[in-house]
Amino acid sequence: MTTIATTEEPTAPARRRRRMPLAAAIALVPAAIIVAVVYVGCMIWTVRLSFTSSRLLPNLDFVGFSQYERLLSNTRFLTSVENIVLFGVLFIAACLVFGFLMAVFIDQRIRGEALFRTIFLYPYSMSFIVTGLVWQWVLNPTLGVEDTLHKLGLTFIDVDWAVNRDTVVYALVLAAVWHGAGLVMAILLAGLRGVDADLWKAARVDGIPTWRVYTSIVLPLLGPMIVTAVVLLAISVARLYDLVVAMTGGGPGIASDVPAKFVMDHLFERSNIGLATSAATMMLITVAIVLAPWVYARYVRPQVPR
Amino acid sequence: MSLPPPDPEGRRPKTVTAGRVGVYAFLVISAAFFLIPLWVMLMTSLKPMEEIRLGNIFSLPKLWTIDPWISAWSGACTGLECHGISVGFMNSVQILIPSVILSIAIGAVTGYALSFWRVKGANVMFGCLLLGAFIPYQVFIYPLVRLFAATGLYNSLLCVVVVHVIFGLPLMTLLFRNFYQGIPIDLFKAARVDGGSFWSIFLNVILPMSAPIIIVATILQVTGIWNDFLFGVAFAGRENLPMTVQLNNIVNSMQGERRYNVDMAATLLTALVPLAVYFLSGRWFVRGIAAGAVKG
Amino acid sequence: MNGVNVKDVSVAFGALKVIDGLSLDIAEGEFIVLLGPSGCGKSTLLNAIAGLLDVEEGKILIGGRNVTWEEPKDRSIAMVFQSYALYPRMSVRQNMSFGLKMAKTPRADIETRVTRAAEMLQITHLLDRRPDQLSGGQRQRVAIGRALVRDAAVFLFDEPLSNLDAQLRNELRLEIKRLHMELGSTTMIYVTHDQIEAMTLADRIAVMKDREIQQLGAPDELYHRPANLFVAGFVGSPKMNFLEGRIAAGASGLMFENDTVSLSLPDDVCAAPPAPGQAVTLGVRPEHIALDGGTWDGFRVDIVEPLGADALVWARRDRTSIQLRVTTDEPVKVGTPVALAPDPRRANLFDTETGRRL
Repeated sequence: MTTIATTEEPTAPARRRRRMPLAAAIALVPAAIIVAVVYVGCMIWTVRLSFTSSRLLPNLDFVGFSQYERLLSNTRFLTSVENIVLFGVLFIAACLVFGFLMAVFIDQRIRGEALFRTIFLYPYSMSFIVTGLVWQWVLNPTLGVEDTLHKLGLTFIDVDWAVNRDTVVYALVLAAVWHGAGLVMAILLAGLRGVDADLWKAARVDGIPTWRVYTSIVLPLLGPMIVTAVVLLAISVARLYDLVVAMTGGGPGIASDVPAKFVMDHLFERSNIGLATSAATMMLITVAIVLAPWVYARYVRPQVPR
Repeated sequence: MSLPPPDPEGRRPKTVTAGRVGVYAFLVISAAFFLIPLWVMLMTSLKPMEEIRLGNIFSLPKLWTIDPWISAWSGACTGLECHGISVGFMNSVQILIPSVILSIAIGAVTGYALSFWRVKGANVMFGCLLLGAFIPYQVFIYPLVRLFAATGLYNSLLCVVVVHVIFGLPLMTLLFRNFYQGIPIDLFKAARVDGGSFWSIFLNVILPMSAPIIIVATILQVTGIWNDFLFGVAFAGRENLPMTVQLNNIVNSMQGERRYNVDMAATLLTALVPLAVYFLSGRWFVRGIAAGAVKG
Repeated sequence: MNGVNVKDVSVAFGALKVIDGLSLDIAEGEFIVLLGPSGCGKSTLLNAIAGLLDVEEGKILIGGRNVTWEEPKDRSIAMVFQSYALYPRMSVRQNMSFGLKMAKTPRADIETRVTRAAEMLQITHLLDRRPDQLSGGQRQRVAIGRALVRDAAVFLFDEPLSNLDAQLRNELRLEIKRLHMELGSTTMIYVTHDQIEAMTLADRIAVMKDREIQQLGAPDELYHRPANLFVAGFVGSPKMNFLEGRIAAGASGLMFENDTVSLSLPDDVCAAPPAPGQAVTLGVRPEHIALDGGTWDGFRVDIVEPLGADALVWARRDRTSIQLRVTTDEPVKVGTPVALAPDPRRANLFDTETGRRL
């Protein structure tokens, strides 16, 4: 037998199917259940409900796109969309500019760096409810900053932004920038500190002015960090709810309503599940369109086997 | 300035440039912008109401009082009940502790399994999880309410804990996975060669190395869960409202005269826990942002 | 006039003096290498010359002009860094011309200089690429090119080859040497911890340790007449053999001895003849000891490391281990008893206590 075996071509060992590590699979069960039931299941459920006529209680009839038609002619929803777009653009832009400036100025070998850093970032540790309530009080038209300024004789300055339907979104932006600009500062400062010290030396030898080094050399290097900051800020824009509830309650009237609040109110107070879920689906689609390519490029594609 | 001496020697003379002044001016003004609300909050909470009506919002109290703080803690009303914000504090603590422990435990194990073990379909699951992190919570809330109502969990502290674990999972998993990807795979291979099993490698090799990321995760989760409002509103039920929700109910309740000093004291009390975490953790807080953000 | 004079310069980081009262005169067109282990102050000195670090005391002259308070860009220097420090997201051409553009150099002039520098370094075909599309060696060529277009009087190199692999390092080392010859009157100051780079490139080497210059001299001088034990051990590879012992009393002429070996030395090995009985350290380079036929008997071959052209042999007797570089066609066998033959004329004697050359 053995002689025969050795004279023949050695057969390739039967390709053993790699055994699935059972314990590892079991460990992933909780996460898998959450993904399946909540992230996939609940999402589908919500989308399905948006095609029903559900009001106080869910039913499973099918009314096509009629909830969406109603939604798109709903003044309150349209206002909330308008608000979130305006808020989002201003908030992200202001945080980026202000945060970048703070990071650059802190990077100038200043005294008390740690103190400034701590001051710029502390609002980020607090909740949007706290942020909203503080700014509601600071901007209080009868007793807040406006009152103080008027008593000082500066009667021409009006700070009634939070109660004026034309400016209330700007007031929200102000409070949100107070809360979030430090985050951008922290991210970009980490980026600035990561810039090769030799690069700064080379620029000095070449006689390049400091501002020019920042705009032409450093800023492009911060690209990935800026993207990260934008993504984080964008998530908080999409979720914007607490701040509005605490600071303005969506008012005056519906002047500072936002989609997240529209959904919550229609779910829990106005008992219009069909309309609420269709608005939630609209939010979902918007976010998916904006973020799916980014997530794909970043996480799904680069699967280098380790 | 006189002309420089003809033969310079030693240290270059320091000059105060306009740019330098500008840098500090910008920083000081920015610092003022961030500090003014905190200052106003603190001053308001230490003044009697009469002084608030008369005076200027920035000024120090003429008559210092801590009554608003006492009132905010144990006497402020939400609707008809007047037990102060202490009730919300207790609820928040009861939500916080199990939520933090559970979400970190599940995140760590999931991140470990994803980093070192090849399980079929794990990457698809991870992708879904990450996408889930970006989806507005409003999409999930109504079905979750129905699910919890069906299981009898709805309107309980446990319900809020479960929700925090669910929605904390993407960030926690990402955090641990990224951290574990930084550990040389050879270490894991060596442990495999030495005959380690899934759990023994995790407990004996990986977990002892995880202290930094556990600290970061704890900071993120403590502040995040404490600051939550949406889940408290939607899932806790009237009896179990966390501190943020109760704070909002106290301040924005329509009944009675507004007592701004009590409102601000209550607001500060609510902010105290995350502020303490922030100031005590120092650079770790920034590391948390970096770990969750820069890599994420 | 492209010389550099460093006069009594001190550099401090806060309260810590990193360089204390150091002087160094470099002639026009000279290639000088600052050699030493990390933390010896060589990079600090270079950065002070460049003006990237403020000096605490003393002055720096470049081309006879006092530049102590000048900005780096006004010092007529160019600098090449270990990490290349190329401006990212800019093409090679932009990298090389950015500084000139900032200095408002006429466009035609920029064009000429960039073209010329690119030709010298054979990177013309890379001009429109970006740094992240280049290999390490190409990047460092571009960095040298960026320095070249500045038409500087003095070139400063801060460990420019340390990030490259061995083969590229040799190639670029040659390139830098050629560049120095072509540029003629340009002074070059080059910081490295690699003694081979120092030996091959330098007109003169300043060996630094503990923030001080230990010895300043031509590579040959350092190699054959090191000023102290540190220089003797740092320069040369494989390392010089050191044997602690004393000057024998009563012998005719100069005689080194310890418990294992002894060696009679010609008088001219020392500048000042040491007293009999003085504790001294004998230093002999591995290539100055023959494997057999000498007076140091009782040794056995311990380890052999063949290098192709020659071989490194470790010979051991009791606790004394001596390294030799042997050129031989016949393989040396481990365990062979040998009688080592050091060349007394090439030996070095150091005072064991101070470490100084006698």
